[in-house]
Amino acid sequence: MYNKITQTDIDALRALLTDPERVFSGGDIAEEYSHDELASTKVMPDVVCKCMSAAEVSAVMKYANEHKIPVTPRGAGTGLVGAAVPVNAGIVIDVSGMDKILELDPDNMTVTVEPGVLLMTLGAYCTENGFFYPPDPGEKTATIGGNISTNAGGMRAVKYGVTRDYVRGLEVVLPNGDIINVGGKVVKNSSGYDLKDLFIGSEGTLGIITKAVLRIIMQPKFDISLLVPFPSLSDAINAVPAIVRSDSQPTAVEFMQGQVISDAEDYLGCRFPSSSNSAYLLLKFDSMSREELDRQYKSAAELCLSLGAEDVYLLDTEERNESVWKPRGAFLEAIKNSTTEMDEVDVVVPRDSINKMVSDLMEISKTSGARIKYFGHAGDGNLHIYILRDELGEAEWHKACEDAMELMYTEAFKLGGQVSGEHGIGLVKRPYLFQSLSPEVLGLMRGIKAAFDPNNILNPGKVCQ
Amino acid sequence: MNILVCIKQVPASNKVEVDPVTGVMKRDGAASKMNPYDLFALESAFRVREKLGGKVTVLTMGPNQAAGVIREAYAMGADEGYVLSDRKFAGADVLATAYTISQGIKKIGTFDIIFCGKQTTDGDTAQVGPEVSERLNLPSIANVFEIDDVEAGSITVKMDMGDSIQTAKIKFPCLICVDKDIYTPRLPSYKRAKATAEQEVTILSFQDFEDQDEKHYGLSGSPTQVKKVFPPAGRADAERLTGSSGELTARLYDKLKELKFI
Repeated sequence: MYNKITQTDIDALRALLTDPERVFSGGDIAEEYSHDELASTKVMPDVVCKCMSAAEVSAVMKYANEHKIPVTPRGAGTGLVGAAVPVNAGIVIDVSGMDKILELDPDNMTVTVEPGVLLMTLGAYCTENGFFYPPDPGEKTATIGGNISTNAGGMRAVKYGVTRDYVRGLEVVLPNGDIINVGGKVVKNSSGYDLKDLFIGSEGTLGIITKAVLRIIMQPKFDISLLVPFPSLSDAINAVPAIVRSDSQPTAVEFMQGQVISDAEDYLGCRFPSSSNSAYLLLKFDSMSREELDRQYKSAAELCLSLGAEDVYLLDTEERNESVWKPRGAFLEAIKNSTTEMDEVDVVVPRDSINKMVSDLMEISKTSGARIKYFGHAGDGNLHIYILRDELGEAEWHKACEDAMELMYTEAFKLGGQVSGEHGIGLVKRPYLFQSLSPEVLGLMRGIKAAFDPNNILNPGKVCQ
Repeated sequence: MNILVCIKQVPASNKVEVDPVTGVMKRDGAASKMNPYDLFALESAFRVREKLGGKVTVLTMGPNQAAGVIREAYAMGADEGYVLSDRKFAGADVLATAYTISQGIKKIGTFDIIFCGKQTTDGDTAQVGPEVSERLNLPSIANVFEIDDVEAGSITVKMDMGDSIQTAKIKFPCLICVDKDIYTPRLPSYKRAKATAEQEVTILSFQDFEDQDEKHYGLSGSPTQVKKVFPPAGRADAERLTGSSGELTARLYDKLKELKFI
């Protein structure tokens, strides 16, 4: 159904880019293009085009569309669900080189960027200029294009929302090579179907983002975090809804288990400032004024104590923040380091159902025979659950992993949850998406895909396909 | 066990503005915090108290608002706190500071161990601790990165000597300057901060001290005269010497001789 790439195609693609050296084929393609961060599926593309402009992306797309060659867009390759894996080989369009911040508009409070700008670069740029880009996914070396494509969330979602809430406009190259603009610098927009919101979270299946206008806000001047020990994880999680609906407005509400903290201590070779407790909530607050911040955190501290917290520790300096947030940031790596291989689940459930989900995990671990570790964004119901292989044999591991996933998603759907809170569906989570959505909803999604990409050449075999 | 910890209030950020005319650090209005090195001294004191029981007293020198770090130490678990504060102490260099602190300690009482942080993040001299011990005629030990053992009457510690590690056992009373990361400092507790909100912080001033000679304090008691403070100009022609301390000494001596500095 797709055409195999020939030398003629490679030569033609070389002629389309201003520098033919940016087209790689065969043995010249770096191994990393075959997989993403999780690396569970590896397929090498036939050609990699490192595009540096929307015009180049457009030219390659147009050629691919006319010649029925599949195209997979790629940013920094930090995805966790295989969305950037070229499962049908063909062309990979790498936009990581399009990494310029094009404009800061202080009056409209927007920043316009190319898709390859890294999250950490954007964050630092905004801070330097007194502004703040709130979305805060853990992977700071991801590109903004990738963040938009997965509608990435992060820890600040409780107060500030997710990537979608900060995208004002997009320039997108369609599968046929047309370049379109959707949205803009406007704050409000009720002008027809919101195509911008369709592209956000579409994981590179509807178009390739070549420019984004992002909303920014003023940088909060003061912040403080609280580390709150509870007698048990369920006590900690039970306190969350009351904290979120209180007037203290936390920016982040994370839960942490003593055991995962120990893993992070071993991994980083440093000790956590408090380790005698079995479970903690980690809360963060920010504000424009010192007085308001003090009011917020004191109100939250009193609330936590009334809900059974054993104490409330203050992280009020850079050093104290680092002593807790650094291990928190290393959880994923620490868990990875504690086993031989792992698979992840990024399920999201309603906030009041986290405890039920978490208590089921212990049972699921026993039933499936796989060790399970988890941590998560308690404030928004998004759990990061890791199924660990340890010393399991190949067949045993696959069975245990499959069983555990099946049980987890079934339980999550029963609780009104969704497959993914922020990592996306990509390649590997499709079976669970198919299970969770009604045939009518899936049919609409496939219809939308067909309307944008009638030849099905852009990132085929992903999300709803 | 009677333990004293010397602590200091320093600017919260290292991006402190310097007055371009006077060369003096602009401290007014800038947020402050406890010197990070002192957190390690405090934690060491708490660990000794956990093992042998007793009391942890904290002491700072500065304007009245320095009481903030005493309150912070209370929130971490300190039992009693003092601020040495007087206009006559202003402008003190390391020597006058160490002398003032030693006078304050004499007034407060006697201690089995005095813990200090290695240095402060605003002065970075690492001299005040050892100078206090000299003024109090106590044995002192610096660069301590591990406490091996503590028992009634003595403490055994490991010192980082740069290219070697020395283990020493010292009898009480003594003064110990601890290195960064000896222990992860505990966090201030909101519950404890509330419980100690009304607890007294004792202010001691010049008139409380045994030595009533003003010339020993503040600017007049300081042999160091600061003429000008300025950011150093970047030097591209720097030569970097590497090697063991023995080799470096010899090479530095040769170099200085060659340049006719000595």
